[in-house]
Amino acid sequence: MVNQEQVLEILHAIGEKITEEKLFLTELDNVIGDGDHGINLARGFAEVEKKRPMMEGKDIGTMLKTAGMALVSTVGGASGPLYGTAFMQAGKALAGKTELDAQDLVTILDAFVAGVQLRGKSVAGEKTMLDAMIPARDAVKAALDAGKDAKTALAEGVAAAEQGVEYTKTIIATKGRASYLGERSLGHQDPGATSFTTMLKVVAEHV
Amino acid sequence: MVGFVIVSHSETLANGVVELTKMMADGVPIRAAGGLDGGGFGTSYEKISNAIEDIYSDDGVIVLMDMGSAVMTAEMVLEAMPERKLVLADCPLVEGAVAATVSAIAGSSLEEIMDELTDVRELRKLS
Repeated sequence: MVNQEQVLEILHAIGEKITEEKLFLTELDNVIGDGDHGINLARGFAEVEKKRPMMEGKDIGTMLKTAGMALVSTVGGASGPLYGTAFMQAGKALAGKTELDAQDLVTILDAFVAGVQLRGKSVAGEKTMLDAMIPARDAVKAALDAGKDAKTALAEGVAAAEQGVEYTKTIIATKGRASYLGERSLGHQDPGATSFTTMLKVVAEHV
Repeated sequence: MVGFVIVSHSETLANGVVELTKMMADGVPIRAAGGLDGGGFGTSYEKISNAIEDIYSDDGVIVLMDMGSAVMTAEMVLEAMPERKLVLADCPLVEGAVAATVSAIAGSSLEEIMDELTDVRELRKLS
């Protein structure tokens, strides 16, 4: 389904998309956070891009771990350790692989959810990236279990993530910087849930 | 002597906390790791790691931090140095830093200081 070269292309495409959307993501974060989400993530993925020569020819697990470490080192905001841990855990789960199949999508999303939960000490319903990530993981898994192909499963995952982003507008933040706003966070979508959905869309376009 | 690293989103705040501890505990190994490498608000994995390297001794290092990414980034630095005697303190940054450095200069061990920092968490200012 996806080989090493394609993983590098997907990482590159995620970086381009995040860079394109950095002002939008930062604007969302201005309202309920500290206004750096897009800028920080774009800086992180620029560093991932710089690491590309080091990743070439390596197994997919190593690629994802390297990308995760680059994010941890350069993002500078909460999304650094969160996405960094997510990518590193996914890399660990895919150690030695040179080709991914549909079921590996679930492995990656499981690792993302577990990584973010571990690092952020958070659960669903706290208005965080998990509110897009968990429904996306569940939808991809359900679609594959029902015998659908990877492309369809990812499309259903993206739809579930988008619904998750909408859901974050309806709840009060109890985790992260937005939790200081309490009820004033109502009505605003979570920037982390949004950036995760952006990344998943890029993956869906490339599979 | 136990050493300390102060992690904050703000370089000024981290430096300020370090400066404040010198009022009562000048001479304690302590470093600030505040803000991003190129300036600006945020937390830097590299700054935290370098600060620890800079003052590390077998007595150990206690890391105190403000919030959010400061906590998570410090956690990841510690996970990358499993062989070192390093701990994160779960307490208010300013009060914790003052109490801990005063205790360190009096010769307390890392374990003793961490015990005291649990009490700092409960300290009230107005009652």
